[in-house]
Amino acid sequence: MFLSEAASSGPQFFYLVPWIVFIPVIGLLTNILFGARLGEKAIGAIASAAAGLSFVVAVLLMVSLMGHPEGTVVPFLDWITIGELQIDWAFQVDTLSVVMMLVVAGVGTLIHIYAIGYMHEDVRHNDDPRRFRRFFVYLNLFIAAMMILVSSDNYMMLFVGWEGVGLCSYLLIGFWFEKGEKGIGNALAAKKAFITNRVGDFGFILAALTMFGVFRTFRFEEVFAQAPDVATAFPLAILMITLFMLLGVTGKSAQLPLYVWLPDAMAGPTPVSALIHAATMVTAGVYLIARSAPLYVLVPTAQATVAWVGGITALFAATIAVAQFDIKKVLAYSTISQLGFMVAAVGMGAFTAGMFHLVTHAFFKALLFLAAGSVILGMEKGHHHVEHDPALKKKLKGGGHAFDPQDMRNMGGVRTRMKTTFWVYLIGAMALAGIPPLAGFWSKDEILAEANLFLPGVYILLTLAAFFTAFYMGRQVLMVFFGTPRTEPAAHAEENPPIITVPLIILAALSALGGLLNLPGIHTFGHWLEHTIKIEEAVQAIHVGEAAESGFNFVVAGSSVLIALIGVTLAWFFYSRRYRTLQEMPAGKRPDDPLRALLGPVFTLLENKYWVDELYRAVILNPYVSLSRFLAETIDGRFWHDWFHDRVLYNSYQVLTRVLAVQVDLGFIDATANGLGKASQWLAGRLRLLQSGNVRSYALSVFIGVVLILGYLLIMR
Amino acid sequence: MLPVAYYVGLSAILFTIGALGVLIRRNSIVIFMSVELMLNAANLAFVAFARAYEAISGQIFVFFVMTVAAAEVAVGLALIVAIFNTKQSIDVDQMNSMKG
Repeated sequence: MFLSEAASSGPQFFYLVPWIVFIPVIGLLTNILFGARLGEKAIGAIASAAAGLSFVVAVLLMVSLMGHPEGTVVPFLDWITIGELQIDWAFQVDTLSVVMMLVVAGVGTLIHIYAIGYMHEDVRHNDDPRRFRRFFVYLNLFIAAMMILVSSDNYMMLFVGWEGVGLCSYLLIGFWFEKGEKGIGNALAAKKAFITNRVGDFGFILAALTMFGVFRTFRFEEVFAQAPDVATAFPLAILMITLFMLLGVTGKSAQLPLYVWLPDAMAGPTPVSALIHAATMVTAGVYLIARSAPLYVLVPTAQATVAWVGGITALFAATIAVAQFDIKKVLAYSTISQLGFMVAAVGMGAFTAGMFHLVTHAFFKALLFLAAGSVILGMEKGHHHVEHDPALKKKLKGGGHAFDPQDMRNMGGVRTRMKTTFWVYLIGAMALAGIPPLAGFWSKDEILAEANLFLPGVYILLTLAAFFTAFYMGRQVLMVFFGTPRTEPAAHAEENPPIITVPLIILAALSALGGLLNLPGIHTFGHWLEHTIKIEEAVQAIHVGEAAESGFNFVVAGSSVLIALIGVTLAWFFYSRRYRTLQEMPAGKRPDDPLRALLGPVFTLLENKYWVDELYRAVILNPYVSLSRFLAETIDGRFWHDWFHDRVLYNSYQVLTRVLAVQVDLGFIDATANGLGKASQWLAGRLRLLQSGNVRSYALSVFIGVVLILGYLLIMR
Repeated sequence: MLPVAYYVGLSAILFTIGALGVLIRRNSIVIFMSVELMLNAANLAFVAFARAYEAISGQIFVFFVMTVAAAEVAVGLALIVAIFNTKQSIDVDQMNSMKG
């Protein structure tokens, strides 16, 4: 097909697309087989090169798409063929999937490089240098699985990638599985992530099965082609598919009510938090909805549900982030909140805006996480320094082990010690807060503009969320970098080597300039995606209108900037001015956060995340555990095992065997066999007399026999 | 030309002598010779009828019988020699080791 088109315009690299999955696989196999002999540098280089080459392939695909924006499907393998169920492993190359590939491989490569430096320190701090290789194997496996997810041309192969990234997420959250609270905290966090995702995946499976029931296919192209007809015939089926799919999205993209795993997922090493739990994997849900756009636009109910889920999540998580003290937890809730923005956008039909925010968010959230990791490493180095200095060690309160390098209350004034990290963090934070002209402003503003047009309720939620976003980012930057150091390790924090800071600088540049992708009025990104996300004109008139196409909404943009500035100013007021006065109060009485003094119980509510975990524990987990215990001990143990198996089955089996052994076996089968034996013995005893051994009597009997036969023949015939 | 009944009568007499020899005598060589007598009685009947009905097939059959008889003699005499080597006797009444 594409050979003829090749002549028309531009270079063609579509056939390279399988390599986007297989290069990381080759990388991880190399590291598994030879990594033990190669040493840290080579392992990191191989893994990074694998991610980098994937990025090169993605760029080549992008170049190809410039000449052939309609994209193509590259067949690769037949996977399952049962009757009319036909699932192939084919690669969908179009503008949407290539955007995801570029983000995954591009940000992924930077994070791989950063991880070489970070994990070198991390495995040293955690006393297990041998895990270095395992980390990069998992990281490459993640890239491969994510590529399968975004490059699939059908829902089943997408599901394979979907589960693959879930597995990698589990493995990497539990990377330090023997650490954490009581030695099992990290393992529990990993388990929580996996199980919560399973709930969502169940929704995905239901959606896929319903889809097959109605469409008899899983391929995007065929499903979307039939969708309008099916929507008129079975509107309920499409509604079910989209809502079940939304359940899958809430699991993977950490939306209400399944978001609870993401904050706990911060137990993983920081590069993992950046790559999987901020930039790429959690956006899979947004990608799924954007990919399924032709289905969602057919059911306004589902669209509105998605938008409201996103909007509520955005505000809900943003308020929680305000009262967190762990530097990574703040970013985790921020991620949930920003994912809420994206989900709300794709829910409203603003697919371009959602995908645009996905891309810019990948830049600045990866940046923020990596920079936070840099701060944590700096704090650990400072702590190390303090521990080995007897004079300083005395000042360390609570001894050496209680020190938490991630607690922002232990930081302060890190600005002067870690200059590069500070500047990139500031850029990332401003991008997230939506300060123009950084990337976050453009993408967030596009979402707000769309929301303003379609769903005013969601618009209000998102605007409030944007306010809290600016506030908590201001709070975080001020608590970490400004003021005076509150602990000795903070005062002795050290900047990290270039292998850590260079990826940060690149990401900072991307966060600053990412807005250029889709400037109002030009819409490079919007036109790029138009080739894939094609909505029927008639439908578009009702549910979808790319609002930003009509122009830049100055009211919305102005108010969002104003709100962001108010948030930052409030943060400055509380965490710079108030904080300084708080420091002067005696240590025993002073609250650890100025807001706690002001808000009191509300702050405690936020700090404890609205007690959602406790609520889930009380409403779902404990009844479930009780039910399991009841089933295990009473139903299975006492009834099934003790009574049914040990009594009923045992006794009836004994009776049955006795009947079989005595009556049936001895009385009938044995008797028959013995009787047959006796009968043949008796017969043989009679017959043996015939065998006299006398040859002449044999001859006589033959003679008589012949005479008789001849006589018979002669007389009777 | 003699009528065929004469030949058949002679054949019957020879056959009877042969059969009685097989049934009565105990020397296995004599029994063997009696069997030959029966075969040749049959041969005589064959050629007699062949000539009477002018059918060549009866004569041809005789050659088959003679061939089989020759083969039988070869095998039978070999057996008798082997039996004599082990038992020092060719009396058929003593060959009763197969008695049941």
